[in-house]
Amino acid sequence: MLLIPCPWCGRRDESEFACGGEAHIARPADPDAVSDAEWADYLFMRTNPKGAHRERWVHVHGCGRWFNVARHTVTHDISAAYKVGEKPPGDAS
Amino acid sequence: MAKGAYSIFSLVRNALRYHEGWPRAWRSPEPQPAYDVIIVGGGGHGLATAYYLAKEHGVSNVAVLEKGWLGGGNTGRNTTIIRSNYLWDESAAIYDKSLRLYEGLSRELNFNLMVSQRGVINLAHNLHDMRELARRVAAIKLNGIDSEILAPADIKAMVPILNVSPEARYPVLGASLQRRGGTARHDAVAWGLARAADARGVDIIQNCEVTGISREGGKVTGVETTRGSIKAPKVGVVVAGHASVLAAMAGLRLPIDSYPLQALVSEPLKPVIDSVVMSGAVHVYVSQSDKGELVMGASIDNYNSYAQRGSPHVIENMLGATVELFPIFSRLSMMRQWGGIVDVCPDASPIVSKTPVDGLYFNCGWGTGGFKATPGSGFAFAHTIAEDRPHPLNAPFSLERFTTGALIDEHGAAAVGH
Ligand SMILES: Cc1cc2nc3c(=O)[nH]c(=O)nc-3n(C[C@H](O)[C@H](O)[C@H](O)COP(=O)(O)OP(=O)(O)OC[C@H]3O[C@@H](n4cnc5c(N)ncnc54)[C@H](O)[C@@H]3O)c2cc1C
Ligand SMILES: [Zn+2]
Repeated sequence: MLLIPCPWCGRRDESEFACGGEAHIARPADPDAVSDAEWADYLFMRTNPKGAHRERWVHVHGCGRWFNVARHTVTHDISAAYKVGEKPPGDAS
Repeated sequence: MAKGAYSIFSLVRNALRYHEGWPRAWRSPEPQPAYDVIIVGGGGHGLATAYYLAKEHGVSNVAVLEKGWLGGGNTGRNTTIIRSNYLWDESAAIYDKSLRLYEGLSRELNFNLMVSQRGVINLAHNLHDMRELARRVAAIKLNGIDSEILAPADIKAMVPILNVSPEARYPVLGASLQRRGGTARHDAVAWGLARAADARGVDIIQNCEVTGISREGGKVTGVETTRGSIKAPKVGVVVAGHASVLAAMAGLRLPIDSYPLQALVSEPLKPVIDSVVMSGAVHVYVSQSDKGELVMGASIDNYNSYAQRGSPHVIENMLGATVELFPIFSRLSMMRQWGGIVDVCPDASPIVSKTPVDGLYFNCGWGTGGFKATPGSGFAFAHTIAEDRPHPLNAPFSLERFTTGALIDEHGAAAVGH
């Protein structure tokens, strides 16, 4: 069981949370102007990396808020948890 | 009978020689500089692809490259359930083709796959489950696949140890049954296919990890491996949980997430259950192996992972429900537990497809339920590679369906997805 640091509530057991998959996937700004291929990419295509991953979690059985987590998909080490809208740690862009 | 064939006579002959004279079941060749086709991934699906390439299409200048040992991926880690009671026509066609191939494969491969059509029972615990089950059974029958509905008394007669009391935590209102469903020995499937493919000239190369996919002008030219570069105009990738990793080597992204899925076996018991019992609602599935061990599967851990292990709380949930359904199991010890990395598509259906790169083909997305599909998947994928176009069986399972929107939604296919 992971120990997940909710930015609002602190470290809690994984069973209080649900994972929402890859983070930082922006909905196309102008949906009418988007091709089928671009929709497919937005809706379905995922990076699914073996290594560093940024993903969304929601503290269902706690504060109920969504936030982002940086986690390694082999070691499961969580290097950061940060609020929606914040830049991922280590991201200079 | 072919030289080296297994038979009662070869068994007796070798027994008299203290089993010291058995030949190797397949060669262990050095990789050649070039092949007509390279298959990446020596699991059941990759080996089946190589076997049918040689058998159905006369393409035997083929290498299967496996980073570890044969069948060491999900093929050797699954709970061995085979069945074809899927809801949608497209799935019914490919899964039933696979089951029909399984029915003849032990003889064809001269290798006992221990296919045991002991019946697969899917339980319903509430009215909604019952309605859904009735709908599925009807749809499945329309596709000419055997399927029937059982009342609680029929289920109790087949599975006396199941708690069907109305007071039970998970009351059993009914079930569906596919009598042709059952189990097969997973290792034997890998070994039998490997031996038959090898006999037809396929090079099976273990401990050879693919680290790059070489391309020129949008066309595949071969692969980079830990044992050097190997050329081929066609490369078929069949690496289950690692599909996205291989796709990234060719600059592609797939609609796939990888998750750990766990299974466990108990200490051996006398025979107590002679069918496969599954419950989608509480995510339990149980069968008993010929050694007497109960074989059980849990659900996936709900986050992306490549660690071949799962979390204990997932097992705890599943065992809690198992003990409610089978109170007799409450004092059993579990002997072993393990995990495999499963490749899950948004519609819980596989991808057996060409890709935007010429000569590069992907077979993946079988997720938590592809063991049953092993021969059918290999059959269709071999056709796709040899002819450079899909077989009618896998045409609906193309990568394009995520662009056209023609998804094949098999979530909860006839109960749990295994
Ligand atoms: C716990 C568990 C229970 C399951 N239960 C069932 C069940 O009851 N019924 C059912 O139908 N299905 C079940 N499944 C699903 C089933 O096991 C898989 O869908 C199926 O075995 C996939 O076969 P495969 O040949 O595609 O993959 P695998 O057997 O995983 O083979 C892929 C191979 O590719 C190799 N590979 C990966 N990367 C590379 C690389 N870079 N270079 C070279 N080789 C590479 C791997 O080492 C691996 O051997 C279960 C899965 C799990 C994990
Ligand atoms: Zn919180």
